[in-house]
This record gives sequence, structure tokens and C-alpha cells, in this order.
Amino acid sequence: MFENLQDRLSGVFDKLTGRGALSEKDVDEALREVRRALLEADVALPVARAFVEKVRTRAVGHEVLKSVTPGQQVVKIVHDALVDTLGAEAAEISLNAPAPVAIMMVGLQGSGKTTSTAKIAKRLMKREKRKVLMASLDTRRPAAQEQLKVLGEQNDIPTLAIVEGQEPVAIARRAMEAGRLGGYDVVLLDSAGRLHVDEALMAEITQVRDLAHPHETLLVADSLTGQDAVNVAEQFQSRIGLTGIVLTRTDGDGRGGAALSMRHVTGVPIKLLGTGEKIDELEDFDPRRIAGRILGQGDVVSLVEKAAETIDAEKAERMARKMKKGQFDLDDLAEQLQQMGKMGGMAGVLGMLPGMGKIKKQLGQAQLDDSIFKRQAAIISSMTKQERRNPKVLNASRKKRVAAGSGTSVPEINRLLKMHRQMADMMKQMGKKGMKGLFGGMGGGMGGLMGGGMPEMPSDPKEAERLLQQMGGSGGLPPGLGSNSIAGGGLPGLGGPGGLPGLPSGRGKKK
Amino acid sequence: MSEHETNPEKPEKKSLFKRMKEGLQRSTQALSEGVSGIFTKRKLDGETLQELEDLLIMADMGLDQAAAIAEAVGKGRYNKEVSPEEIREILAEEIAAVLAPVEKPFEIDSSKKPFIVLVTGVNGSGKTTTIGKIGAKLKAEGKSVMFAAGDTFRAAAIDQLKIWGERIGAPVVETKVGGDAAGLAFEAIDRAKAEGTDVLLIDTAGRLQNKAGLMAELEKVVRVIKKRDPEAPHLSLLVLDATTGQNAINQVEVFKETAGLTGLIMTKLDGTARGGILVALAGRFGLPVHLIGVGEGIDDLQSFNAKNFARAITGAQK
Ligand SMILES: Nc1nc2c(ncn2[C@@H]2O[C@H](COP(=O)(O)OP(=O)(O)OP(=O)(O)O)[C@@H](O)[C@H]2O)c(=O)[nH]1
Ligand SMILES: [Mg+2]
Repeated sequence: MFENLQDRLSGVFDKLTGRGALSEKDVDEALREVRRALLEADVALPVARAFVEKVRTRAVGHEVLKSVTPGQQVVKIVHDALVDTLGAEAAEISLNAPAPVAIMMVGLQGSGKTTSTAKIAKRLMKREKRKVLMASLDTRRPAAQEQLKVLGEQNDIPTLAIVEGQEPVAIARRAMEAGRLGGYDVVLLDSAGRLHVDEALMAEITQVRDLAHPHETLLVADSLTGQDAVNVAEQFQSRIGLTGIVLTRTDGDGRGGAALSMRHVTGVPIKLLGTGEKIDELEDFDPRRIAGRILGQGDVVSLVEKAAETIDAEKAERMARKMKKGQFDLDDLAEQLQQMGKMGGMAGVLGMLPGMGKIKKQLGQAQLDDSIFKRQAAIISSMTKQERRNPKVLNASRKKRVAAGSGTSVPEINRLLKMHRQMADMMKQMGKKGMKGLFGGMGGGMGGLMGGGMPEMPSDPKEAERLLQQMGGSGGLPPGLGSNSIAGGGLPGLGGPGGLPGLPSGRGKKK
Repeated sequence: MSEHETNPEKPEKKSLFKRMKEGLQRSTQALSEGVSGIFTKRKLDGETLQELEDLLIMADMGLDQAAAIAEAVGKGRYNKEVSPEEIREILAEEIAAVLAPVEKPFEIDSSKKPFIVLVTGVNGSGKTTTIGKIGAKLKAEGKSVMFAAGDTFRAAAIDQLKIWGERIGAPVVETKVGGDAAGLAFEAIDRAKAEGTDVLLIDTAGRLQNKAGLMAELEKVVRVIKKRDPEAPHLSLLVLDATTGQNAINQVEVFKETAGLTGLIMTKLDGTARGGILVALAGRFGLPVHLIGVGEGIDDLQSFNAKNFARAITGAQK
């Protein structure tokens, strides 16, 4: 749903993070582009405006320009603003009220109310084991009541019997009564589509509300909606009062701006996403995940936070010094393996990396098997101290011993040693160029570690980019993977200058 | 409530412009207010043009189109005092200039019998309702009409069209739920031929344009129609919901490719959505726009008129 916005923003961020210092002008320009990206993604203009202002204020307040990684700071601020806009916490349908709990579905014509009603009913029956009754109040659209009835029949969801000629308010009364008498936990009221400016129909739904006292009033809205989303959401909210939003057709290639717009103007959480025409195609809305997805940043923020949490700055500093001198031994490698583990393994790190989602998916579970790290760690731990410091002493018989001790094989040990050699070389090179930070090391580490299952990364950035594209199949590299970050050597974005988010060590020295 | 009652028996006759104007009034209120707000006793400068551009963006015109029109408005008028009325006129003219080439009445070629109209679009855009309204319009012109219930997927979609058929007295060709839509179209053409029907309107299931499988299915419907009559469908219409944002561009692109679109219809202009995307679409694809939907009632269908549409968008007075 948010692919387009993601593409646009990552372009903006690429420019920002690709360099060190940022001038105020740079930030202004970036924000103009953010605004453009939002508008192109159908975020309503007032919302886009408010969003950009929020980011600008925070950016100034944070003294971003003076920080060591201004680009990443801006990305993080945008991310946080997105989470703010989308809502920080996931919100579920609440049934926390005396039975029968009424849930009223409202929205414009053709937004997907009836389908969503059936989906929610099915979910409450299956997951929450609730007894659910559906009733259609749509006496306007031809065969609308019939539609809900058919959906009920197809999915074994009880529906209120249709009484010809009965008005919506009367149907609602009958539904609530049937809910009480029939011992139902939940009564879902599917209302007719209506325009938010249709006085008569808005008055009618208010009557229904006052009668049924819905515990949840859900606005069902099409994710393909454009600028009008704010008007619609605002009006429904002020006229009826909403408790949540259900966003439909998120399986389309709409740009999803409506999600931001509606959440912003109503302050009401988006609770569910319709992801297809089938009854079970309904998903919870997780604002954080969505924000991450929009930014195509994977979860840079968690990665930075996690890295800051788990990486011992002192150790990192020490390692950086060693690397610079080209003294990267197997102990250091083991340390990095451990670090990877702490950060959620390969899948975890890749998942959090900007734009790596696609590549991760394509690599598939098999290649991201973390057991390889464990095996490599086991190999290293079966070596003597001397062997770890100076792997050259590992002759055939020593290797056999290590293989037996770690439950691995000699070829595996050879691979590990080769990888280590390559990494050490690379680091020495990078050290000469002025390697910054531990992550360069980790990047090399990953490149090496993945060497078994993946083509080795060539040192020429162009070539590397081509290879990555093959792997990822994505047109163009995700942010942070641009050629300048690869030039630093090593794999995925973790490597090299301009690579990853401001990490404690090394970079601190940079002014 | 009464004004919303859809009573097919006695459609209230109002002048075309008045109806459309009413339909679009709500949409335009904000824009016209905005225009007045910007230009009351002000010089036309960069800032005011930017604000004007913003207003066009809020009408879903899209960034590029909005910028182009704002620029056109500014040309030669920079630093001149312009009144809100004047600016509205100019704005309406600029928009109308983009829309004029796509204004094309909905016309039936009576030498083609049956004249076959295929109606497509994403879910809930208003296809079935529009078919009902078009059928009513044709009937009123004395033509015989037949419907084909090509949405065999959505629950009660067939019943919905059948009710429209009853309303206007048009036979409905249907198949069982889950049946083959292409086969149904084929059958409907044969039946329309046999019965000497003037116009056959084929409904289709709503589908998102990024669903390859569903688009392939639509392609097959078109292929099968062509098998029966190589010139058909004589009109292949996409029904667009006015509340749709920039995605409409992609909708047109893909449906054009798949269903060989010949024209567009925009629905739901009776709300606050401005339908500005039509301007962007006109500039980009040049596909004729025939009709607009301004309500749920049987006669809530209007010919598309570029000038009126532009005026209604900008709030310019007659
Ligand atoms: N306000 C308003 N509502 C409309 C207009 N045209 C259609 N609708 C309503 O929009 C809803 C969906 O219309 P349908 O005709 O069922 O749409 P569809 O494209 O056939 O929908 P699917 O077959 O489900 O994909 C119905 O409630 C219609 O009454 C219009 O111009 N204005
Ligand atoms: Mg339909």
C-alpha cells in the first residue's frame, strides 16, 4: 500500500544520509521533498503541512545540524513523526462492554462496509469464540441486505432476518433485541453508505447510534481515497463519534495517504486493514510496523536503539583500533558473531536494515539460517587461544581436532578461515582509508559470513550494486545501500563510510 | 430524507447545469472560499500562486497538474491586482481548456445492434448503479436495453442488477454465482442479437488493477466479446469514484491496457470530493469523459460538460 511513499522518501533520505554535514538549506529542501512525497501519496494537504512543520520544529530543536549524523537524525525524526501520526500503539476491537456489544459500521458508499462487517464477525467468532449476529441496515442500495445475508450463509454467521419495508432505525432496534434474546455477545450493524454531508442520512445514523449505543463505531474507508479523506473522517467523527477506522483495499496499490490523513484529523486509531476480497483477509493495524514500511527503513530506529543497547562502546573502540592496524583475529570475529546473535541474528539485522526487506524475502529462510553463526562460533570456541590469535598455525591435524571438538567439518573450518582472511584484509584496507565505526567491521563480517550462501561481494561498487540488484531484484538500491556505502567494502549497507546510523564508537571522533 | 428517496417513477427534472451545480456545490464551497481568501485585494505573486496551487492539490488534481494550472493562471498577471471573481474565471478557463478535449457525450451508434457497452472499475466505484442509470436514460430515449450480470463473484451482485432491471424494465442475462463472466458476456450478446436489443450493458465484478489474475479474467471477457463481434465492446468504460486519489491514474493506465478503455465516467460527485483527478487524467490520457454521477437516484447522472465542471470546481458563477 505504501510503496510509492516509501520509494519517494527513501530517495529523499538517500540524499540526506549520503553525506556528513547538513546545512539548513539541505534540511529545507529535504522537507520540501517530504511534503511532495506525502502529497503524491494522497496525504491530505493540511495533514502534510502539519507533518512537515512538526518535523521542522523537532529538527531545529534537536540541533540536528550540529549532530554527527544529521541525515540519520532527520530520518529518525520523520519516523517518529510518522509513528505519532499513525498512533504509537496498535488498537484492537474492544468487546469490553455488557453483551450484546453493538459494533456499528459506517462510511461512504462503496467503501467496503458489508465485506468488512462479515470479516470482523468471522474473526470474532473464530478467534474470540464470540456469538455474533450481523444485521444490515442498508435499505437503500438494491440487494444490500441480501448481500450480507449471503455472506452470512457462506460463512456460517447468523444474520438478522430481513423484513421488507422496515426502516434502518427499526431494524437496529430489532437487531439489538434479537441480540439480547438470542444470547449473542456481539451485534454488528452494517449501515448504508452515506455521504458525510447528507444531513438526513447523518441524522438517521445518529438515531441508530442513540438506540444501539455501539461500543465500537468503525469508519470503513477506502485506502485509495484522496484529499477528501479529511473531510469524510472529520465529519463522521464530529457527527457520529468514531472509535476506530477500518482501512479497506490495502491490497491495492493505493498510496495509503488516507491512513495518515484520517488518523491525524480524528485522533481515532486505525484498527483493522482489509487486505483482500476473501473473508479472512483482514489484518491488525500495527502503526510502528507500517511506519517502518513507509519509510522503507525497515526498522532503523530499533536497529540503532538495539545497537546502542548491546554494543559495548569500549569494546567497539578497541576493536576499531585493532582493525585499523589490521589485527582482526578470530576472537574479534567471535565477538562479532555474538553481537549478531544479540541483535536478533541475520534475519533480525537484515529485517531492521533500510530497504533490506525485499532482499531478505528473496534470500528466503534457508539462507538466513542463523545456525551457521552458531556453528562458526562453535568452531572458534574449539580453538586454542593461540589458534584464535594466529589462525595461520592451524594445520591439517589441528583442523581435524577443531572439527571434532565443534561437531563440524574441515571444509567448514576452511571456509571460516577464508572468510576471516578476507575480512581482515578488507578491514586493513578500510583502516587505511580511515574506517569509521564498528559497523564497517560488522558489514564485512556479514559479507563474509554470508559468503557460503551468497556470491562474494566484489570490491568495485558498480559491480557490487549490480550483484545486489540481482539478489534483491529491486530496481535501484535501498537507502544506505547506495554505491558510496558499498564502496566501504563488505555487504549490506552496514559497511563503510556513510553506512549506518550513528553508532557510538569511531564516529564520535568525527567533528 | 425525501430528497434521497430514489424514486425511479418520477424523476424530478431540473436543468442540467443546476443539477450538476448542486451536486458539485459542496465540493466547491471550500475551494471557492479558498480562492476568495487568497485573492481578496491582493497582488498575484508567488505566494498567492502557491496557495492557489495548494487548493488545486486539495481537489486531487495532482501536483504536476496543479502546478501547471497555477502557472498558467500566473502568466502575464504577475504583480497585478486580481479580484477573486476574476481569478475564479481565469482558473475555470484554464481547467476547462484542459477538460474540453475530453468532453464527449454518451452516444449510441444505432447502426450497431446491439451496441455493446462494457463497464469496468475497482470495487465499489459505482459500476452497477451507473449501469442502472444509463439504462434508464436510454430507455427514456426510446431504446431497448439489456443488462448482463457479469459480476458473478460478489455476494448478491446479480440481485442488485436485477433490481435495476426491474426498475427500468430491462431483461437481465445472468449465470450462476461463481459462473464464467466471459461465457455470460458471450451468451448475452447472442441473446441481445436474437431479441434485436439496441444496447447491451455488461456489468463486471469490481477488481483492483494490481490483481493480475482478475485483470487477466477481464481481458478474457473482452476477448470473448470480440469473438462475437470484432468491433465490440463499442464502448469500454471505466467507472471512477471521485473520492479516489492519485491511484486513479494507475487505474486508467491498467484498465486501458486490459479492457481497451474508450472512455470514463466519474461517480460520487455529490459529496465533497472535487474530482480534480479528472483534470490530470485528461492531460495524461485524453480519454473521453462521458458522464458523471451525482447521487444514488436513477436520474442522478449527467453528461460531462468541461466548462460546467471547471466552473463548478472553481465556484465561478454563471
Ligand atoms: N453518493 C453517490 N453514491 C453513488 C454514486 N454512484 C454509486 N453510488 C453508490 O456507491 C455504492 C456502490 O455502488 P455500486 O454500483 O454497487 O458499485 P460497484 O462498482 O458496482 O460495486 P462492486 O460491484 O461491489 O464493485 C452504492 O451504495 C451506490 O448507491 C454517486 O454518484 N453518488
Ligand atoms: Mg457491482
